[in-house]
Amino acid sequence: MGHVTDSTAPATQSRTGSPANADPPHGPAGPRTSSSSSYSKRFRRTYGTSRRSGGLAALLLLPAAVVVFGLVTYPVLRTVWLSFNRVLSPMPTAPSEFVGFKNFINAFTDSDLIAATGHTIYFTLVSTAAEIVLGVLLGQLMAQKLRFRWLLRAAILLPWALPTVVSASMWRYLLNADYGPINALLTQLGIIGSYRSWLGTPTSAMNMIIIADVWKNTSIAAFFVLAGLAVIPNELREAASVDGAGAVRRFFSITLPLLRPVIMVVLVLRTIEAFKVFDIVYVMTRGGPSNGTQTVAVYAYQTAFSNQNFGYGSAIALLIVVVVLLLAVAYIRMLSTGGTADGGR
Amino acid sequence: MSSGGAGSAKPERGKAMSHRRGMNDRYAPVWMHLVAVVVILVFLAPFAWLAIASVTAPSDLLRRPLRWWPQHLDLSRWVNIFTGDANTPAGGFRSAMVNSAIVAAGTVALSVAVAVLGAYAVSRLRFRGRGITVLGFLSTYMIPPIAIVIPLYLILVQIGLLDNRLGLILVYSSFITPFVLWTLTNFFDALPREIDEAATIDGAGRMRILWQVLLPLAKPGLFSAILFATMLCWDEFLYALIFTSTPASKTIPVAVAEFSGKFATDFGLLSAGGLLAAIPPVVVALVFQRYVTAGLAAGGVKG
Repeated sequence: MGHVTDSTAPATQSRTGSPANADPPHGPAGPRTSSSSSYSKRFRRTYGTSRRSGGLAALLLLPAAVVVFGLVTYPVLRTVWLSFNRVLSPMPTAPSEFVGFKNFINAFTDSDLIAATGHTIYFTLVSTAAEIVLGVLLGQLMAQKLRFRWLLRAAILLPWALPTVVSASMWRYLLNADYGPINALLTQLGIIGSYRSWLGTPTSAMNMIIIADVWKNTSIAAFFVLAGLAVIPNELREAASVDGAGAVRRFFSITLPLLRPVIMVVLVLRTIEAFKVFDIVYVMTRGGPSNGTQTVAVYAYQTAFSNQNFGYGSAIALLIVVVVLLLAVAYIRMLSTGGTADGGR
Repeated sequence: MSSGGAGSAKPERGKAMSHRRGMNDRYAPVWMHLVAVVVILVFLAPFAWLAIASVTAPSDLLRRPLRWWPQHLDLSRWVNIFTGDANTPAGGFRSAMVNSAIVAAGTVALSVAVAVLGAYAVSRLRFRGRGITVLGFLSTYMIPPIAIVIPLYLILVQIGLLDNRLGLILVYSSFITPFVLWTLTNFFDALPREIDEAATIDGAGRMRILWQVLLPLAKPGLFSAILFATMLCWDEFLYALIFTSTPASKTIPVAVAEFSGKFATDFGLLSAGGLLAAIPPVVVALVFQRYVTAGLAAGGVKG
């Protein structure tokens, strides 16, 4: 649910600027950034504050820097060091043996890690795709004039507010093979003949984890879409409707293209979160059955804490960081070029 | 919500606007209401079942076929949660709630305090290395907990803050602060600098401008930053799982996860504990609902 990069700026600017039919492209919202920075230049020139700013900025940023970097700098460096060593205890005095890149080389031939990567990619692709499609639909629904719209919005907001662990525990109970309400409901409705062990086979368990994740995280996608829809002028859709475009056509030719920047943001956030998925898997299956739902983060955790192989665990964790950073960079590229192509800056 | 007042300045568009308003006043078609009902049911049904299960006798919950309405009310779990000893599973939920509340409040207070100052500097001061500073802060927000949890554990042992609420507050603040800093910077950036200029001419110093002019104007941003930060704290699991072990500091996600692992078939107490854990964030989210969209629009969409 975190918040994004400054490269989304051009995308939005293009969105507020591009419906040129409704507003002049440089409407009040358009050139805000550039004009305010020129104001600031003039402001600084007038008051001659540029000299003092450096020291003052450092002073104002110092508390935040202490809070943020004070605690995590050493752990980051230590993790890098651990990843080049063979260490079998978390203690700093534990014997360590420098092994160079061996941990990283092992990672590429470790069949368990390769399997875990496969599970992670499957989880990421399916859950993100489902969350975006459902999020767009629910966002549209929330924007409609409904008689009980507040109830709809509140209901969709609920899973977002629910802690991930609570949601995962709840789904584990709902899907329980012997007493789960989902088994009860489906058998009583005659949809299934007998109780099933939904979390009992690797494929089924992974799909159930995806359902639980989609139930929880579609909310945030839907609210992003709702926020994006609020910026699209109604005149556009109405003009198209006057021109004879049907609802489906209006959606695909007007709404969806204008929602693109928001959808991209959701895509970025959800893929990065999904690739790091840990909580929901840990609570629902602990990576089982027979490691069938083990994701890379769960595997790194189990390598370090269950197998006490801290060097290798750190190496896997660092590889996750690398993948996440690569994803972030790739997306930032996509977002910024997408913004320019749409006629931003 | 989606209709802006953009046209009000031009009188000839006023007519078109009122016509459009007229169209907008019409309710969506019936089928859409039906879809909405189905969606509401899908989202609310699991919560409803947790509520029912939390007051249903254990034997009824293990029955096949399952009965959907309790034979008689069994309030024992709720009583145990509120009166039980902190070392029992039920009482443990209560102490975990208190821990979660303290950790979230402490983290949000610390993070907002330092991030307000930092966000002002990033938004209003021009200095060398500004871009790289922002990037540095944001990159710590991107570090997955799994990557630093092992050495962090050792540090907490050494400074005596393992299994301690202050330890958790410090750890959480390290990733909540960049998030708050980022959100507030966006909201400050949206305020025109003429405001600062005018206040300076009126003789206000920088800190006075920040506290008495900018911060009140950026209130929606502040609220949405607080809202999202609270949610992040309440939700955090991996650090809490590894850094806490006793009722002294165990947070509610850890208590729920442990319980669902250990007492696999005590569904009634699990339901009560899960509902209890959900109440604070759900209430906060519902009360501050409009800041959810404001925060998403500013932090995520506008950038």
